[in-house]
Amino acid sequence: MKRCRHMVDVGRRQFLRGAGLATAGAAVATALPSQPQAAPSLARVDYPSTRLANVKDLKVNEPFEVAYPDADAPGVLLKLGKRVEGGAGPDGDIVGFSTICPHKGFPLHYNAEDRTFNCPGHYSRFDPEAGGLQIWGQATQNLPQYTLRIDSKGDIYAEGLDELLYGRLSNVL
Amino acid sequence: MAYKRNIDRLPIIPKDAKKHIVTCHYCIVGCGYHAYTWPVNKQGGTAPSQNAFGADLSKQQESETEAWYSPSMYNIVKQNGEDVHLVIKPDKGCSVNSGLGSVRGARMAENRRSDVTGTQQQRLTDPLVWRYGTWQPTSWDDALSLVAEVTARFIDKDNEDDLFVSMFDHGGSAGGYENTWGTGKLYFHSMKVKHCRIHNRPAYNSEVHSSRDMGLDELNYAYEDYGLTDTIFLVGANPLETQTNLFLNHMVPGMRKGAKVVVVDPRRTVTINACEDAAGKENVLHLAINSGTDLALFNTLFTYIADKGWIDKEFIKNSTFQGDVAQPENEAYPAALGSFELARKACRMSVAEGAKICGVSEADIIKAAEWIAKPINGRRRKCVTAYEKGIIWGNDNYRTIGALVNIALATGNVGREGGGVCRLGGHQEGYYRPSDAHVGRPAPYVDDLIIKGKGKVHHVWACDHYKTTLNATEFKRVYNRRTNMVKEAMDAAAGGTREDLVNAIVEAVNKGGLFSVQVDIIHSQIGQAAHVILPAVESGEMNLTSMNGERRLRLTEKYMDPPGTAKPDCLIAAGIAQHLERVLRKMGKNDYADQFKGYVWKTEEDAFKDGYQKGNPEVTYERLRAMGNNGVQEPVVGYKDGKLIGTKRLYADGKFTRHGRKDKKALFCAGAWRGLEAPGKKEQKAAHKFLINNGRSNINWQNWFLDQENEFVSDRYPYPFIEMNPDDMASLGIKAGDLVEVYNDSGATQAMAYPTPTAKKGETFMLFASPKGTQGNVINGGTNTLILPNYKQTWANIRKLADAPGAVAHLSFKSKEYTPPA
Ligand code: SF4
Ligand code: FES
Repeated sequence: MKRCRHMVDVGRRQFLRGAGLATAGAAVATALPSQPQAAPSLARVDYPSTRLANVKDLKVNEPFEVAYPDADAPGVLLKLGKRVEGGAGPDGDIVGFSTICPHKGFPLHYNAEDRTFNCPGHYSRFDPEAGGLQIWGQATQNLPQYTLRIDSKGDIYAEGLDELLYGRLSNVL
Repeated sequence: MAYKRNIDRLPIIPKDAKKHIVTCHYCIVGCGYHAYTWPVNKQGGTAPSQNAFGADLSKQQESETEAWYSPSMYNIVKQNGEDVHLVIKPDKGCSVNSGLGSVRGARMAENRRSDVTGTQQQRLTDPLVWRYGTWQPTSWDDALSLVAEVTARFIDKDNEDDLFVSMFDHGGSAGGYENTWGTGKLYFHSMKVKHCRIHNRPAYNSEVHSSRDMGLDELNYAYEDYGLTDTIFLVGANPLETQTNLFLNHMVPGMRKGAKVVVVDPRRTVTINACEDAAGKENVLHLAINSGTDLALFNTLFTYIADKGWIDKEFIKNSTFQGDVAQPENEAYPAALGSFELARKACRMSVAEGAKICGVSEADIIKAAEWIAKPINGRRRKCVTAYEKGIIWGNDNYRTIGALVNIALATGNVGREGGGVCRLGGHQEGYYRPSDAHVGRPAPYVDDLIIKGKGKVHHVWACDHYKTTLNATEFKRVYNRRTNMVKEAMDAAAGGTREDLVNAIVEAVNKGGLFSVQVDIIHSQIGQAAHVILPAVESGEMNLTSMNGERRLRLTEKYMDPPGTAKPDCLIAAGIAQHLERVLRKMGKNDYADQFKGYVWKTEEDAFKDGYQKGNPEVTYERLRAMGNNGVQEPVVGYKDGKLIGTKRLYADGKFTRHGRKDKKALFCAGAWRGLEAPGKKEQKAAHKFLINNGRSNINWQNWFLDQENEFVSDRYPYPFIEMNPDDMASLGIKAGDLVEVYNDSGATQAMAYPTPTAKKGETFMLFASPKGTQGNVINGGTNTLILPNYKQTWANIRKLADAPGAVAHLSFKSKEYTPPA
């Protein structure tokens, strides 16, 4: 219990300040802040195509930490070992999600046993096997999922998101 | 796939956006929010100087930031006829929620009607009258005139018993002091309508008669008491889901400071799981009693605590009735009330007996008694008791709530820090009406009278009996038949004069028909039977005042236009009164017509001034505006230095007033255990296999009528769930997501099976009040004493109806219980 509570407190103060979130294998292209006077803006934001990993890096049911669309947006890739709707790769079983809770921005942890993301903030739970559906919780959106593309070399690219990320009013800053 | 909005950016709130104070109008907690509005052709920028937060929005914001809002907190609505951007986001400065939103409140903006974004197109915009075989839009004058012309034919100065009225009595939503006064003045002042009922029960009565008769208002504490207590005692309540931010922002911090928790609930809820996380498993005791045995448990606890001497002798001596019987038992008082010793004698129950009836161990009952009352190092233990529908809509309401209040009184846990014995609540409160004494006690069982053919005109104010009453199968059958008689008569009179039409309606009614007038914000299920439908508005589309579960009174400012020509209920009531006055005069009933004077209100504030403010002269809109989202806790006792002065806790002086006794002494309740009390329950239990326990959930709660048109919510639960033990499911050949039929002698309904390993075998939990499967269909008509419905103790059989329908295929049926990191 203690450790858990401690984690929450640390989370409260520190995470989401960027830095050190991207782990090995996650080559992250950081987007520059958008310039207000730049070209006319598009109806939807322009997502970077970012290589996050290679299929060989993934082990079934072990989250692989990444960040997308920039270093300040932690997430994971997950090989589920079974085909799911929206799954990428030859087996249709690779998914990617933001791991910041869309309720108040606490970091989610993964329960490998029942394959859920859990939030220590206010007890929300999300199901990566069901498109990030909030199983129960306080968020008013389901978990933002990556649009993934896998090339012939097995490199996994993220190319979009389907919900607004917590803590930013534009998914690409 | 799970529903996704595919919104990847939102307009930024500019620095000069208008900012309104808003109390969430969905549940009792009443969380503080702000509504920001600004012209649709403008937006703020990412630079700190360009946005309302003064924050650099080109950067990722931290957790719990104020400088973020989700797509559900955004919409485009009309304000003074112009399109404006709207953001409604939680207020960090409000002591109730400290910036937390919930899965309900944080969707307030998305659940506003918008012609631009297409949300909530189900909202009614114009009065509708049954004409030519369907509902036709018409003017207010036309609709109100028809209501008055028909109603006037069936009321008389000395007898208004043929007019039946169903009217909400709550705050928040579309209720509040303005609107309860409007309807209250019409039906209890201009008229003395006796055949009335409240939105969630079939009679006009209190949910907590015994607490009030004992001298205690049911909302007597402050939310901060959860942070000042030794023990939190939760009974028949599931606050993580149904009073979410009270749980998260007040109970959890109390637990983290060391409070223990006792939960009485036949079912393991997510609340219990969260308590275990927050307090540590060893500090949470779940008494999973047999359904409906709460009274036996409380009487056992009371006996044990009294025998151990863990009582507050001083308090009992000074603040409670000394003697024997103060109020004898009779038809209006389902138990005698009186002294501590009287109650001790009547309620006596040994731990062994209690354990046997309740189906829990003796050791657990003793542990609960210790956690509730055993002094800590020689000092009195503080315990805050919170209860809700588990016992309010449970077996033997009067005695059960009385028995719970007994424990709080005996241990001196009322009016003191860390104490209180309170309802948790559903909606906010906002009741201000003339006396209802003429209704009588027990109050008439209105829904049953309608079934029996009584009543000629039915005015319905935002009540949907079809989804929320008991014996609903029969009620709907009869109501459809009786209102259809009138529809057919109206169809036959098409093309004739108004007089012909009214005569045709009167004739059909006299043959057993029922003329039904519905005031609501949407076309409800009972509204399908209506002849006239009048569109009302919600909080935010009007200024509205309410108080929350700690009596915190706030004003929600109007921040947008109502849909179409919809109006506040108080002004609709005024319109009915004015038309009745005119029609009655025309009928030559001048005396009677005079009773309908006094409704010259132009705005909701006029109604507020005419009602609440007359009784509470210190409280004005202007002062409430200045008090912001923290408002003031009622009763308001003064105004000083530009601030309203409120009352943190009731009965801090040890004087009890709710029963109106001159001696201001609290009474104990002498109510012995007597088994399942409501007629028909024992037989139903014996004849059926499953307990159909029922209630609400986090996501399907007060605002479900709106959420039936909300993609995010209806995607998660296209059908009401019924939680079932997986072994029970297997034995009936039911898989996750299958539709099942729940049936018994009273009727049948449907639900979607949700496998729940923590559910006891033979015990299920079904969502109540769903638009897609009314649980009330299988609740028999027998009520507790004083016509309190007993929804919770329902038994039925279950069979598979259909394989999981398409809308269910993508869902998750994993456990709803949060798991901590490994
Ligand atoms: S807890 Fe209740 S009042 Fe607070 S935001 Fe949720 S629904 Fe609204
Ligand atoms: S931050 Fe995740 S539930 Fe609140």
